[in-house]
Amino acid sequence: MHLTRHPLDVGELLAEVQSPERGGTCVFLGTVRNDGDVTGIEYSAYEAMASDEIARIVSDAQAQWPDARVMLQHRLGLIPVGEASIAIAAAAPHRAEAFAACRFVIEEVKKRLPVWKKEMAHGA
Amino acid sequence: MGKVSVRFFAGYAELAGCTSSAVNLPTPATVADVIARVREVFPGTRDLPPRPLAALNQRHVKLDAPVNEGDEVALLPPLAGG
Repeated sequence: MHLTRHPLDVGELLAEVQSPERGGTCVFLGTVRNDGDVTGIEYSAYEAMASDEIARIVSDAQAQWPDARVMLQHRLGLIPVGEASIAIAAAAPHRAEAFAACRFVIEEVKKRLPVWKKEMAHGA
Repeated sequence: MGKVSVRFFAGYAELAGCTSSAVNLPTPATVADVIARVREVFPGTRDLPPRPLAALNQRHVKLDAPVNEGDEVALLPPLAGG
């Protein structure tokens, strides 16, 4: 389950990527920031495409770091300031691959995922 | 003439006044041809950028990608995931 309308579950992500052979795990969380009067962000997506695109990004990461395992969740709907919109976990035998795979996934998400946001503000 | 499905998201849906529709145009065509036809059929989309991001059958493509009858072209505002 890559796209959800519920709060993200880092424990679930970790359970999917960790194993005794993987000694380094990297987690990235993107949270809604309180820029100005922003109270939350409404995220929308082309859900069918976003779901496939996430699978392709994960598969591209696996191809580049075959010993790593990566997983991500993106939350949609109205997300209040301080809560996570995206969570990525990458586990690999050593930390360098875990950091690299995690970084790759968030950068590809920014470039490729058909997701849009609308800021909600006080008084708006 | 072929019928091509079109989808609009976020701010582009507001410009088009709908989230999905279809246009008829001579096929095979390109994504750019579909966008040109969209601009004629949905007046609000004249304010789309000259080269919007597009997906063909749910995959990112360049504007010269070939389009056939029955395909789906989605116009994507600047991506803001994460």
